Amino acid sequence: MEVVVAIIVGVLFAVGIYLILTQDVLRIVLGTSILTHAVHLLLMAMSMLKTGSAPLLGRGKETFVDPLPQALILTSIVINFGITAFFLVLAYRAYQKLDTTDMDRMPSESSRHRGQSR
Amino acid sequence: MPKGSDIFLQNVSKVVVFIILAFALYLFFTGHGSPGGGFIAGLMSAGALLLLALAYDIETVRKVLPVDFKLVTASGLLIALLTGAGALFFGKPFLKHAFGHFELPLLGETELHTALIFDLGVYLAVVGVTMTILLTIGEDR
Amino acid sequence: MNNWVVAPMLIPLFTAVLLIFLNKRLRLQRWISLISVMLNAAAAVFLMIQVRTGGIQTLNMSGWAPPYGIVLVADMFAVLLVLAASIVSACCLLYSFRGIDEDREKHYFYPLVHFMLAGVNGSFLTGDLFNLFVCFELMLMSSYALIVLGGTKRQFRETLHYILINVLSSTLFVASVAYLYGATGTLNLAHLSLRIAESGQSGPITAVAALLLVVFSVKAGLFLFFWLPGSYGAPPAAISALFGALLTKVGMYALIRVFTLVFYHETSVTHTLIGLMGIATIVLGGFGAVSQTNVNRILGYNVIASIGFISLALAVSNEDALKGAVFYLVHDMIVKALLFLLAGILVAETGTERINRMGGALIHSPLLGWMFLAASLAVVGVPPLSGFPGKLLILQGSLEEGRYVIAAAGVLLSLLLLYSLIKIFILGFWGEPRHPREAHWKQPRKLLLSSAPLMLLIVLLGLFAEPVMPYMQRAADILNEPSIYIQAVLKE
Repeated sequence: MEVVVAIIVGVLFAVGIYLILTQDVLRIVLGTSILTHAVHLLLMAMSMLKTGSAPLLGRGKETFVDPLPQALILTSIVINFGITAFFLVLAYRAYQKLDTTDMDRMPSESSRHRGQSR
Repeated sequence: MPKGSDIFLQNVSKVVVFIILAFALYLFFTGHGSPGGGFIAGLMSAGALLLLALAYDIETVRKVLPVDFKLVTASGLLIALLTGAGALFFGKPFLKHAFGHFELPLLGETELHTALIFDLGVYLAVVGVTMTILLTIGEDR
Repeated sequence: MNNWVVAPMLIPLFTAVLLIFLNKRLRLQRWISLISVMLNAAAAVFLMIQVRTGGIQTLNMSGWAPPYGIVLVADMFAVLLVLAASIVSACCLLYSFRGIDEDREKHYFYPLVHFMLAGVNGSFLTGDLFNLFVCFELMLMSSYALIVLGGTKRQFRETLHYILINVLSSTLFVASVAYLYGATGTLNLAHLSLRIAESGQSGPITAVAALLLVVFSVKAGLFLFFWLPGSYGAPPAAISALFGALLTKVGMYALIRVFTLVFYHETSVTHTLIGLMGIATIVLGGFGAVSQTNVNRILGYNVIASIGFISLALAVSNEDALKGAVFYLVHDMIVKALLFLLAGILVAETGTERINRMGGALIHSPLLGWMFLAASLAVVGVPPLSGFPGKLLILQGSLEEGRYVIAAAGVLLSLLLLYSLIKIFILGFWGEPRHPREAHWKQPRKLLLSSAPLMLLIVLLGLFAEPVMPYMQRAADILNEPSIYIQAVLKE
């Protein structure tokens, strides 16, 4: 089981990195999201894949799963949810403002019309 | 595409939205000792509202729920923080929870728990954030 | 158990939430933010007194005992940085009352600053690796929003880069947390240190340490800094000042904490790597600062170069060097904020960010010029000012260890930074004014007044280094002797 998960993690990492290396902002956002999920899977695999009941006492069960990685993953998912959403909104706004979703075509530093910092 | 033309989707969602919301409520309360809780219930409720927005349009959602979702987020955060900070006044560590068994009318003996209030905060924050994002992306088209 | 430990995190969080409700009432928002930051500084001072008399203070969140729950730890190092962060942010807020336009203020500027402060203070105080990640994210999320606030084209482009870099490094952070949890079964820093000391720092764990080094280096701008000058130059001065003073320093703090407390066994691998990265950072950052003509970019490279310098102290890791690192970190927070704020006034005064188009600012605002010069000298480490004691200690420490290359790099850095800052001074302040003053630009005096406390602190820290030194000593003792920290956390 661990081997399968390890391969899946590897594939997800590869897909995520490939998407991030493209120029389109939307693909990059998707890439970061996939990459984060690869890491969540890694986190789950690193804490041993096993079956057991929820770690609550007094339910007459013998084996329990480790609750900590699940808490970590949930927290990380929430954070990733927030960041992906923000990133998407930002990409959309940037598209409206800059008229492109291509990272390379965005106006460079030398553009004269920037807002005065004040 | 003319807005609000899909009569099947509209009629189905009129019913389904309430089923989803009821299930979200169930998840919210069952979250204490089983899978569920404020976060997932919040996402589910936001999903119901999203379905409404898809079947009709965002204006309808605005009319059904005329609240500023940024403030919903803020109130959720405030509730969660206050619950956590409440422990400070009793000389307990931050975020320490308390519970007790009470005799309530209709429900009989019920276990009441401050973690539920914290979860309510989480629920509101999640609904608020999700709806704010959806409305931000969805409204200018 | 001491509930005060959570105060520096709780106060900004409460304030931030409260300010969202008061979005329309700017005047009230300003007052509340200022009062809140002052309260925060007071709480930090109170904590510092407790730490001085009672040793390290800990708080087990929600009452869970240390290896299982999340623990907040206030040792002298963390408390000093929390205090410095509070003071710096108070001055930046004062500055932003006039230095930020109303449009930005209405778009949740103050709540975002407070969310960021909560993240910064949380990162300083936490004793748990995953909680550190969460606090980092809180801080970074607010910084994403702050950096794009106002929405100019340049800001959009820089923010996209900034977010992408940080999301990637956060992903690697979670990955290294996963590896560490798999290898040791714990994430509490004290417990991690104990477990790794027991089983020995094997090859895989050193590899994870190197991964964490990459993660924190991206956040701190140590060697992996290519994103920093652009991003920090995009937002207005008050926000750049907050970023330059706080964000990179949090990364540096995490580096120092982790590599003195947990991964201190294989110094020939990790600390050598840190040293090499530090020297490379100094050289690249220093020459970057010299080569630029944009004020904000010069300051961005200055931030980078100082980070390189502090990391040299970590590479040496003896008593003097670490004491110097603590001192220099506090000094650097204050002086970088001051430089960004003053540069903001200079840019407003001359109407351009390019130093070769500036000139003559000394005529209109002599005070600004002399303050800028003094701040530049403090960066370089001229004796009566606060840069000197820290720099001296770090150099002394590296010479004690016979690390002459490191000491030489430190001295080279001073020269390069001196040149880059004096270049701003000469081109910006001397000569004739080239641009007519903008008509709507008034009262730089009030802006200057808001950065005056920082100036005062720099002088005082330099003059009264002797009475301050015991605090730095105490902070360095814990960095030198991990067992003090471990005992304080795991005692109960």
